Amino acid sequence: MIANLFKNDKAMAFVLVILAVINLVVPLCNLIFAPGSPLYFSAYTVSLLGKYMTFALLGMSLDLVWGYCGILALGHGAFFALGGYAMGMYLMRQIGSRGVYGDPLLPDFMVFLDWKELPWYWYGFDQFWFSALMVLLVPGVLAFVFGWLAFRSRVTGVYLSIITQALTYALMLAFFRNEMGFGGNNGLTDFKEILGFNIQSDSVRACLLMASGMILILALLISRSIINSKLGRVVTAIRDQEMRVRFLGYRVEIFKLWIFVFAAMLAGIAGALYVPQVGIINPSEFSPLNSLEIVIWVAIGGRGTLYGAVVGAVLVNYTKSLLTGWIPEIWLFFLGAAFILVTVLLPDGVLGLWRRRLQEQKQ
Amino acid sequence: MKSNCIRWCGWAMIGFILMLPTLSIGQEGSSDVAFSAAVVNLKSGSMQERGLAIEQLAGVQNPRAIVILQALLDGRLFKLKTDDKLVIGEEVDAGYQLIDAKSAESLGTVDRSATQKITLTNSLRTSLRKIIGRLELNDDDAGVRLAAVNVMGKSVDDESLALLQDHLSVEQDKSVQKAIKLILGLEQLNSPDKATRLAAINLLKEQANQNVVNRFNELVEKDAEGNYLETDSDVRNQVKTALVKINSQLQLYAAIETLFFGLSLGAVLVLAAIGLAITFGVMGVINMAHGELMMLGAYTTYVTQQLMPDQLGLSLVIAIPAAFIISALAGIIIERGIIRFLYGRPLETLLATFGVSLFLQQTIRSIFSPLNRSVATPEWMSGTLQINDFLSLTWNHFYILVFCLLVFVLLLQILKRTRLGLEVRAVAQNRNMAKAMGIPTGRVDALTFGLGSGVAGVAGVAISQITNVGPNLGQAYIVDSFMVVVFGGVGNLWGTLVAGFSLGIANKLIEPYAGAVLAKILVLVFIILFIQKRPRGLFPQRGRAVEG
Repeated sequence: MIANLFKNDKAMAFVLVILAVINLVVPLCNLIFAPGSPLYFSAYTVSLLGKYMTFALLGMSLDLVWGYCGILALGHGAFFALGGYAMGMYLMRQIGSRGVYGDPLLPDFMVFLDWKELPWYWYGFDQFWFSALMVLLVPGVLAFVFGWLAFRSRVTGVYLSIITQALTYALMLAFFRNEMGFGGNNGLTDFKEILGFNIQSDSVRACLLMASGMILILALLISRSIINSKLGRVVTAIRDQEMRVRFLGYRVEIFKLWIFVFAAMLAGIAGALYVPQVGIINPSEFSPLNSLEIVIWVAIGGRGTLYGAVVGAVLVNYTKSLLTGWIPEIWLFFLGAAFILVTVLLPDGVLGLWRRRLQEQKQ
Repeated sequence: MKSNCIRWCGWAMIGFILMLPTLSIGQEGSSDVAFSAAVVNLKSGSMQERGLAIEQLAGVQNPRAIVILQALLDGRLFKLKTDDKLVIGEEVDAGYQLIDAKSAESLGTVDRSATQKITLTNSLRTSLRKIIGRLELNDDDAGVRLAAVNVMGKSVDDESLALLQDHLSVEQDKSVQKAIKLILGLEQLNSPDKATRLAAINLLKEQANQNVVNRFNELVEKDAEGNYLETDSDVRNQVKTALVKINSQLQLYAAIETLFFGLSLGAVLVLAAIGLAITFGVMGVINMAHGELMMLGAYTTYVTQQLMPDQLGLSLVIAIPAAFIISALAGIIIERGIIRFLYGRPLETLLATFGVSLFLQQTIRSIFSPLNRSVATPEWMSGTLQINDFLSLTWNHFYILVFCLLVFVLLLQILKRTRLGLEVRAVAQNRNMAKAMGIPTGRVDALTFGLGSGVAGVAGVAISQITNVGPNLGQAYIVDSFMVVVFGGVGNLWGTLVAGFSLGIANKLIEPYAGAVLAKILVLVFIILFIQKRPRGLFPQRGRAVEG
């Protein structure tokens, strides 16, 4: 069945194989070989790759809504951040009495704000299963409510883009407030343990990379099968001719809603995997700029392919790491130029260019 | 003492109000002699003589007299040890910067040890303060008189009350009259005579003043034993009705203040959004670099101010057309260079212009550093318009409100009455038809975009007057301005105006209850929900072009 999924899509299979190899080889080499050996990958490389995997998952989830459903969501980072906060709350509760103030129940920032009780919405986050559920539910419910309202009233195109941006902006302002009980400006940080293991240790980092990679591969497979299903074909038709699909008798808003909620949940998972690997989550993850960066990953990789978003996310973020380490000022110039060049010259992204060349060679 | 004062006042009336040129020339000689004599007595002699000299000095008609007395009170009056001259000293780091007390000519700086301070006893100082107040009450400048009255109001005694009572009959200026009545009225509330108290209440209830409100509230309160502080029930009832009236007045003032600050916040929003209403509303182009075009305008203000630091007002006036031209040029370059290729693909336009915004931000950051720059506000724009104790409006917000309305009217006229406006509307309605009629659509697009961008630059000038100018200035406004345009209804300038003002007022209405940030969040959530209900805004465009 899996082979059936890639009958006409060799590039997808290629990307999947590379992902699988990286996710097996890098963590294992990091654990097996000693530092100094030519086959050793440093802990830095491992956590960097882990971060890229979560970004790739995030980019892929946006490609589902933008590339296949034509909804340019400029607030996709909000779902990523919400998933991240849910995981951050779990990690925060895991600190227990090892915090600076040593309070067994309250996280440090609450003690600092002189709070006496744990707010009700922090209950349950000491359990991993509950937090994992919330990672899916919180972004999912928000996407459901927002999408249900927006798609039902037929808010489309740029209007939808602008209100999704307003949504993430409003959330950013809200999370910056100390009264919200999510650590305000500083966010959640100083994590110690995940599932009882030291979060800083090499083996945990390697496991996190592996988990991120596995989930990414799984998500790619599931998304691909959704796209190939009848649901996926209707969604693609909505992207191309929304009115016509509606006149054919399909409930356009329901299809849009499900794909939007599914993508939001994937983004939430990406956020939850991202937070333990970078060790912090703060309100700047909600900033509209972050959400726009996700769009550029997808645009550069080529929208409407799934694997394009994966390649784009890794490519852009690798360039970002390189450039910000080299000349910090040049990064925004590069990003700005990328936005302009890709939209004007490469509507199908870098991989689209490559694909076109392959076709020309065949002819 | 009282009769003395009346005589003195009468005399002052002759001197000041009925001052005829001939009369004053005739008096000059004799008063000059008296002035010199008083000055001599001031530096030599005992405290008693010094007191007499002060009285004498207060009596002469010489503009220097009040300066000398004020210096004496402030402890800045000195005797030079070398030649016994009376001088006024300003403290500088090396010693004292001296001017001659009598002639006001500058005498350079001397060391502290070369001077001897003219000292005062406490009783002399008290009487001196009153004398100065009295002199100032007869100053030609109403502002000085008002200040003198207010100083007297702080420590009231019988003498100053009598003085104020007398002065009231000759005072012409309304605000000084009001201030005197307030002091007298507050004093009369303590009178044992019921009729006087009632009269005072009637007098005071017309005045919006914090002291009056406090005193009135005291009067209707009970003390520890449960007895009213004011024993007479008639007076109490009078006060109660007066308080009801005052409180309703206070609510009115609070409402006016909220309205004003709401309108001025709205004006900023309208200014930020109105350029967008043209590029987005009329042309259908999503320009995410709109905020950065505003930033360019704000930095233009900063640069013009750096070029002419001595003339703040002029630089601001020059900055308005300069910002318009710079932002408009930038806009035209963006349109011709990028957006032109993306017509009909709104989502791509959004991304490309976002790229432009990043580019512009980083350019400004590289040139001017990432730090915020503060742009100075000219004097006539700073400060507040104090209407009474409970209502004060800041000038810069007032000017921005006026400026916003000017820009709006101008823009409306351009779109309605000029050739360009006609062409813009024609292209917006039906591009192909306009083209067929011979309208150069490409040129119209560029000019329209330039117009919208130029207005953004002008908005940047206004914004530079209320916040700091930094590379992130544009980002702070981009979400807001899109919200305003979408809320008002795309393609409708009036909608943008109404939406901007109503969002501004709504923000300021919620702010006292929820705080600034939460107010902003609530307004954002409201708009998001509103768009679900009415996706085309408050004033939707009608007709066939809508679905296109």
